[in-house]
Amino acid sequence: MSEGPRFTLDGREIPLVPGQTVIEAADAAGIYIPRLCHKPGLEPFGSCRVCTVKANGRSVAACTYPASPGMIVESDTEEVNAHRKLLLEMLFVEGNHFCMSCEKSGNCELQALGYRFAIAAPQLEFQFPVRDVDASHPDILIDHNRCILCSRCVRASRDLDKKEVFGFVGRGPHKRIAVSSGTRLRDTDADVTDQALDVCPVGALLRKRVGFAVPVGQRLYDKVPIGGAPVVPEAPVAEEGRA
Amino acid sequence: MSTSLENAIVEVCASVGNEPSRLMDVAREIQARFGCVSAEAIDGIHTHLGVSRPTARSLVSFYSFLSEKPKGRVVIRLCDDPVDRLFGHDRVLKAFSDELGIPVGGTTTDGAFSLERTACIGMSDHAPAALVNETPVTDLSTDKAREIVAELRAHMSPDRLVKKLGDGNNGHPLVRSMVENHIRKAGPIVLTEHHHGEATRKAAAMSPTEVIRSVKAARLRGRGGAGFPTGIKWEMARAAPGPRKFLVCNADEGEPGTFKDRVLLTEFPDRVFAGMTIAGYAIGAREGILYLRAEYAYLRRFLEDVLAQRRAEGLLGKSIAARHSFDFDIRIQMGAGAYVCGEESALLNSCEGLRGDPRNRPPFPAQKGYLGCPTIVNNVETLACVARILDAGPATFSEYGTKQSAGSKLLSISGDVGMAGVYEVPFGVTLRDVLTMADSRETQAVQIGGPSGRMVGPSEFDRTICYDDLATGGAMAVFGPDRNPIEIARLYMEFFEDESCGFCTPCRVGNGLLRRGLDKVLAGRGEPSDLVQFEEVARTMKATSRCGLGQTSFNPVLTTLASFRPLFDSLVKEDPKKFRRSFDLEASTREAARIRTGGAR
Ligand SMILES: Cc1cc2nc3c(=O)[nH]c(=O)nc-3n(C[C@H](O)[C@H](O)[C@H](O)COP(=O)(O)O)c2cc1C
Ligand code: SF4
Ligand code: SF4
Ligand code: FES
Ligand code: FES
Repeated sequence: MSEGPRFTLDGREIPLVPGQTVIEAADAAGIYIPRLCHKPGLEPFGSCRVCTVKANGRSVAACTYPASPGMIVESDTEEVNAHRKLLLEMLFVEGNHFCMSCEKSGNCELQALGYRFAIAAPQLEFQFPVRDVDASHPDILIDHNRCILCSRCVRASRDLDKKEVFGFVGRGPHKRIAVSSGTRLRDTDADVTDQALDVCPVGALLRKRVGFAVPVGQRLYDKVPIGGAPVVPEAPVAEEGRA
Repeated sequence: MSTSLENAIVEVCASVGNEPSRLMDVAREIQARFGCVSAEAIDGIHTHLGVSRPTARSLVSFYSFLSEKPKGRVVIRLCDDPVDRLFGHDRVLKAFSDELGIPVGGTTTDGAFSLERTACIGMSDHAPAALVNETPVTDLSTDKAREIVAELRAHMSPDRLVKKLGDGNNGHPLVRSMVENHIRKAGPIVLTEHHHGEATRKAAAMSPTEVIRSVKAARLRGRGGAGFPTGIKWEMARAAPGPRKFLVCNADEGEPGTFKDRVLLTEFPDRVFAGMTIAGYAIGAREGILYLRAEYAYLRRFLEDVLAQRRAEGLLGKSIAARHSFDFDIRIQMGAGAYVCGEESALLNSCEGLRGDPRNRPPFPAQKGYLGCPTIVNNVETLACVARILDAGPATFSEYGTKQSAGSKLLSISGDVGMAGVYEVPFGVTLRDVLTMADSRETQAVQIGGPSGRMVGPSEFDRTICYDDLATGGAMAVFGPDRNPIEIARLYMEFFEDESCGFCTPCRVGNGLLRRGLDKVLAGRGEPSDLVQFEEVARTMKATSRCGLGQTSFNPVLTTLASFRPLFDSLVKEDPKKFRRSFDLEASTREAARIRTGGAR
């Protein structure tokens, strides 16, 4: 192993490059920390909190917290995973996620994390919010029912596509994704080739007419669980038809 | 775009030097002139200020006092604080609504009036209270509400509603407000006479390091809630590299039931500005910002005037107190209605013309704050203490209070007490003594430290007010025997649900979960497992929320649960058949029935 600064992650010593966040160092070392809003290549954001770890005893978001030499990080522990599971449940009940009728099913990171954390059905009460769908654009669709406000599309459109098609409006429970000009997606300069369309972790921002190009059963997380080896080897609830 | 709108935008943008980070001021001014910041206006701001449309829309949609849709020329905002709610708010709201012929959130068809509810406006000692545009109207009743509407219909000038001026500077020609200070007990530290200009002159005779040493010797800790030692914080900013540094005074005072900063700004603004100047000198900042909550806009012209006087007296500006290179000036940044902006990093975003989302830490503001420069944010009262320490010496200060908690604390007491108002008490005083001072007779519960603090019952009244026991930013809401503590906790949760910035999952979703959970319990549909779930949700909020709001906002539920457990137990029960008691068959099938009969939502 190379010399240089290191820190401890779940008992393993891993190297860090100064300036790296905890999640970047973990990824480089091949250790998976669950995440939703984080996506390599996009500026760190820190909203979903699924990547929460304990760094020197303090809870922090691994995707925004800088790794520092000698720090002790706990990630895959019962306590931390309990928080992650509840956060995922919060995201499920906050929106309307009917996975069985969602074209993202099998490629959805939220769903895949639901399996990883063995969420048979959320213990929290569903909120069943009334949200709309923007299908105005000829090639693109936004289904607000499934948006988890992760801002990946906002960042990708702004930083990769140099467009700023998306932004957030509202505060607290009223926060939602909005388009930059006019009121609907078709009033914007969004295009089917935008990289922003590749980053949505859930089935909220979709290209039209390609949803079932890959059949259910042969999709990303149908083959490999998210983050590699799952916590529970057999995902227990596939037939129940709930999230 | 109409030419009048376009011209106004050009003019307003020019007035802030076409500086994109002053978007807040531009949006506030356009809102004031046109009753909204419309999609058209956002286009204009985009063109002339160079701010992207999403950034501008995001800002406008974030703050309660800004809107994309047109508001009435007169906006009546009734304070929604729990104390107000328990003191006849509902009846007053109904009177306004009936008289205006519009529901809450509505605007009259002629565009004259809007009626809204708003989070605590810092007038809990005057409950129920409202803002009519910028004018506070206090101690409302249904009759007063009707009179106000009738009068406004005749002249449409909110300032003419003020008939009897309040005490002290509330009667100043630049304030002219009906608000009373309600200073019930003055102590020797903050609410006391001082020698004008003395503190600043004494600081100027010392080196910045000596000033910091003095503040450390006084053992001053922040009065804004977190209680961080002020001197240590200043040292960090002083040591941070950078040619440009900032000192910000946090006058967002949004914690429901707090109004002591209002009184300080009304009666002792000189002392607060002296504290800012001294702090700026200590950390090496030449620029200061007073972040004034929108609810206190009625104090703005007066405060600008105090600043102008200080400039004229050589206490602000260049070579302060004749000390070469002691340069410092202060500008006032107005907020636009968002409690979370009291959180220091959200406040800095707000100052930069952004949504009031808190920032990721590190970096901390002392390293990288306003416009990326080292910045110290201090509370109004902390800075008033600084002036006193420099004026009277650290010993005078630290002799008062206790060892760990030196000096005095201002308390804002409201609710079921005979004498609501501001009290300056030494740290270490018992809650019982404070309640006696405030003339409370039968007290069932006290919400101390604001809603994110603790709800305590009589068994805890012998605890003391200080950093290591009952820590408080200053709010104390007192509730008598007829109040339902669970209902109060629910009102506080509703506040947090509305005021969460919505950035992170645990706070955006968690506060609503807890509020709905309390609704369930109050409706008699709760189960014992709900109480367990409250604790689970709170644990995750505490551990994973991104800022102090979500890390503490569950406290009304947890502390009420701890103090009033039997009340909860009497309301929750298990369903004999293990069905979910919250399941409401009729409500659940209503939608299906509607679709079947083709009815409207
Ligand atoms: C949600 C939230 C709201 C806050 N509101 C205020 C406030 O209104 N005034 C204030 O001085 N501090 C407030 N604070 C604390 C500030 O973040 C900060 O700690 C304080 O201004 C520092 O000043 P001090 O060291 O002088 O106390 C708030 C914190 C949070 C998390
Ligand atoms: S649309 Fe998708 S990428 Fe954009 S914020 Fe929502 S969930 Fe995230
Ligand atoms: S805890 Fe999160 S959602 Fe709540 S105010 Fe802070 S950053 Fe915003
Ligand atoms: S992945 Fe870190 S907060 Fe979302
Ligand atoms: S499977 Fe569709 S949103 Fe997750």
